[in-house]
Amino acid sequence: MNEWPLYEVFLRGKRGLNHVHVGSLHAADDDMALHNARDLYTRRNEGVSIWVVRSNAITASSPDEKDPFFAPSGDKVYRHPTFYKIPEDVPHI
Amino acid sequence: MTTLEQDFEATVAHDQRIEPRDWMPDAYRATMIRQIAQHAHSEIIGMQPEGIWITRAPSLRRKAILLAKVQDEAGHGLYLYSATETLGAERTDLTERLIEGRQKYSSIFNYPTLNFADVGVIGWLVDGAAICNQVPLCRSSYGPYARAMIRICKEESFHQRQGYELLMTMMGGTDGQREMVQDATNRWWWPSLMMFGPPDADSPNTAQSMRWRIKRHTNDELRQRFVDMTVPQAQALGVTLPDPELRWNEERGAHDFGQPDWDEFKQVVGGAGPCNTERVAQRRRAHEDGAWVRDAAMAHAEKQT
Repeated sequence: MNEWPLYEVFLRGKRGLNHVHVGSLHAADDDMALHNARDLYTRRNEGVSIWVVRSNAITASSPDEKDPFFAPSGDKVYRHPTFYKIPEDVPHI
Repeated sequence: MTTLEQDFEATVAHDQRIEPRDWMPDAYRATMIRQIAQHAHSEIIGMQPEGIWITRAPSLRRKAILLAKVQDEAGHGLYLYSATETLGAERTDLTERLIEGRQKYSSIFNYPTLNFADVGVIGWLVDGAAICNQVPLCRSSYGPYARAMIRICKEESFHQRQGYELLMTMMGGTDGQREMVQDATNRWWWPSLMMFGPPDADSPNTAQSMRWRIKRHTNDELRQRFVDMTVPQAQALGVTLPDPELRWNEERGAHDFGQPDWDEFKQVVGGAGPCNTERVAQRRRAHEDGAWVRDAAMAHAEKQT
């Protein structure tokens, strides 16, 4: 018999925060994954909302290509506010 | 050295984390899988010596606490299996390695729990020793392991405190109860010291593990730290630690203490401890008896789609 599929678990710690990846688990289906995630990752009120997603549904960037992949933003210093020189005596900017 | 190796070495040397899809040397991957799996197995097998006391806990309060603690141990095992899977290990394969005796777990769980004071002493000494071992692992170079350890350490604190509180309650009881606590302390002290592994001189993998930052302190350093932490706790509790050589060394600013019986340690690790056969057989039974549940859940899930 095959192993139950792997799911990745994301938790919202409290209102106002993003969901954050906390780990993974195995479950036969989506509902079981959600219940298992509650029992495994929120035994001490660590979350107010849970997302589960099949691990094989995630497409990820490759760490081997991280330099060329993220290169386009590397030379665009003008995207940062500190690129612009503003005289010291100009307020609120 | 290839560029990949250089990148890996530099990341580790800068105290940054290695993440799942990063390139890593085969030996690092194999060592991490073995270390994390062994840790996961220890949590899962560790449910047994305390689990048998859940039905015999002396009050509803103690029962609820013990149930929560054993459930945490299941959780810790699952966080850790989840970390091994980021390295390409498979859950079923690891479980099979455990029940076939091809992967180990901590030797401490091969000792029996003879009375309810053992539950308290396990929390105090065994979980205390585990905390000493585990706090530095929160800075392991392997990201998923370090993150799992942070969660685990937070929860271990409850484990140790419930044990100590249980023992304080018993020490405030009858002479018979106080004797139970002392007896349990006598039986668990030396196995707890063994939890840190063999002396540094007999621990050949330590140097490489320290260089890879998957181990932060040597076995002897951690053992010393544990003894120094525990002595005042034993005094406050009113029990004697069963080591005639245990005394404060003013010069070193630390306690001198005797060595555990390392021959016994080797025997227990080698499978000849008091409960090795029983622990593995129980794990095998749970796995095999649960097969129909796993299959039925899968069949149900397939019908829904």
